[in-house]
Amino acid sequence: MDFGDSLEESQFRLRLRVWLVDNNPGLPTSSTDDEYWAGMAAWHRQLYDAGFFGMSWPTDIGGQGLSSVHEVIVDEELAAAGAPPRPSLGYLVQGILEHGSDDIKRGFLPGIVNGRDRWCQGFSEPDAGSDLASLRTRADLDGEDYVISGQKIWTSYSDEAEWCLVLARTDQDAAMHRGISAFAVPMRQPGIQQRPLKMINGVTKEFGEVHFDGARVAARHMIGAPGEGWSLAMTVVSHEREPGELGYVARYSKLVNDLSRRVRQDPGAFSAEQVRELGWAIVEVEMLRRHVQRRLSDRLNGISHGPEGSVDKLLMTSVEQAVGHAALAIGGIAHGGGDDTWLNAYLYSRAQSVMGGTSQIQRNLVARRILGLPAS
Amino acid sequence: MDVRLSQEQQALRDSAAQVVDRLAPRAVGQIGDAARMATLDAAVAASGWWELRTAVDGGDSLASGVEPAVVAEELGRGLADTPFLGPTLAAELRRLAGAAPGDVTETVALDPALSSLARAFDGTSPAAVAIDARGSAQALLLVPDGECHRLARVELPAAPGGLDLTRPSVVLDPSSDVVLVDEPAGPITADDLARWTALGLALTCADLVGIMRGAVDLASAYATERRQYGAAIGSFQAVQHMLADAFVAMEGSRSITLHAAWAVDALAAPEALTAATLAKAYCARAATSVCETAIQVHGGIGNTWECLAHVYLRRSLLSSDVLGNAGASLMHVLVHHDLEAADGLR
Repeated sequence: MDFGDSLEESQFRLRLRVWLVDNNPGLPTSSTDDEYWAGMAAWHRQLYDAGFFGMSWPTDIGGQGLSSVHEVIVDEELAAAGAPPRPSLGYLVQGILEHGSDDIKRGFLPGIVNGRDRWCQGFSEPDAGSDLASLRTRADLDGEDYVISGQKIWTSYSDEAEWCLVLARTDQDAAMHRGISAFAVPMRQPGIQQRPLKMINGVTKEFGEVHFDGARVAARHMIGAPGEGWSLAMTVVSHEREPGELGYVARYSKLVNDLSRRVRQDPGAFSAEQVRELGWAIVEVEMLRRHVQRRLSDRLNGISHGPEGSVDKLLMTSVEQAVGHAALAIGGIAHGGGDDTWLNAYLYSRAQSVMGGTSQIQRNLVARRILGLPAS
Repeated sequence: MDVRLSQEQQALRDSAAQVVDRLAPRAVGQIGDAARMATLDAAVAASGWWELRTAVDGGDSLASGVEPAVVAEELGRGLADTPFLGPTLAAELRRLAGAAPGDVTETVALDPALSSLARAFDGTSPAAVAIDARGSAQALLLVPDGECHRLARVELPAAPGGLDLTRPSVVLDPSSDVVLVDEPAGPITADDLARWTALGLALTCADLVGIMRGAVDLASAYATERRQYGAAIGSFQAVQHMLADAFVAMEGSRSITLHAAWAVDALAAPEALTAATLAKAYCARAATSVCETAIQVHGGIGNTWECLAHVYLRRSLLSSDVLGNAGASLMHVLVHHDLEAADGLR
């Protein structure tokens, strides 16, 4: 067991560190600001062009074909440099890698990995949140195309995306989980309207809602077989739950480092209670850093999509929300108006226990699938 | 970077698990059973686990911090009532001082709050407590010597007892003499002491991880069996969510503990100590909550002496306090990050 770098890993780390000196885009404190989301697409292409994105993905889709621990090194160095985290696309890539035909993989994955094509994910609906299998958006075959009607919500980047990974019901008679198929739907067409949602921290660039009214998608753009949509969705969400996939350690590290700097600049301005709140956030971030290293090392045995993703998601949530509380304690609230950066970091942290499956759903999964507790 | 256990480490874990599953107490009534404890002690003595941190040629330790942590986790999981933490920490002190191995079983003496190694100033026993003291004839402690310390020993009175039913402590007799450990024992430097503390913290964290695993297993089994309203209580979400949170806290604790155990030898002493205090802050806070959950899931039974849940809680409270509890460890983290100047912290 070794937490240290091999020679090859330390050379890679050094190369990245040197590159970051000149290439840190200096975006505002993570994800609390529309400017941050606007800058992420360029950051993605910058990382990709320099060979620092998709470290563990296959080379034929544009990945680097290296071991999963290289993702850890990227996260650590991004954090140390105060750079934004790498874009969160792993779940999309893994879902298509696992379920798509060769044509689909060749057609879509390189554009996702290199940042040329932007994607969003059309899973949740107004009446199908935690109970995703009750979704009602339908896709009906019409010649060479499917015609899609319905509404999706919590669709990240719907305003920017060229493609949407849509779950829709293709068999109205099949049992709930079985009648669902997945499609790669082009977003720029008359049958689709999207509207951004303004979140509690004021961000309007992250989430949207999408209406499909007779939108068309070529039948050959179905991903997986008819009825395979549920299984693809489970692959995607289980990946989405893993902090290693999302690279959030870098974001949390940057936040606690910024908060620590603030305390060191004027220590007398903070009470013991405020600083302890920051101390606990530091401890939590350290835990997640080590947990991600452990989980990505486990992947050296091969990737699995077990219920451990729910454990990761719950740990990540506790870290994000501890960091959020530290942001509130140290950053404070500008009651008379002014800089809302830290308040917004706190407000944003509340979404972590909802998105990608609520903490309550994750606890159900841990209780049932890991602890083996009986069904209710 | 590859933080999976090696094949040898997995084999060590499996053999520790086997000893624990065969010989550790499975009910409160078995604690104190002399015949079983003697068999368990003999199995541990034969295993070589006490020698993991003894010196090989050149003074390095036989094993890294990870191997004793792997053993400690299994012993904690099974509430193994056999000495391990004390003898291992005593062996590490002798190794760092360059002393010969002890000729009797021995442990270490800590200050009464258990937050650091005890120091004797005038040749007689200080107010101190020897931890994990069953079977130990003497305890090691420090005598200040300029910038450094000398290693010393004090004989232990019999009749250990206290909070942890599986690892009794003994209060030092104030009239006992403190005797310096013989040559070739050399001075113990501040770096030595930091590294020793890092090992002690990593081992108590590993014990806490094991305790959490054991407590979650115990409570999950009970929740599957116990029926109310015509259903197993483990089918109710209110119960499921408590146990899920406990399991998740254990997994996070294990990840941060693995790093602390690796860091004992792999990082410079101050960094090893910081890695250990980060882990201890996390694990100590998590373990109390997990053990409390185990009691709550057991309901009324969980509040009786006969239920093993309080044995886990008691053991966790001892491990939490040894070499610094959650609050003390958090303070170390703040100092390391240069954040301690805030109003009223120190």
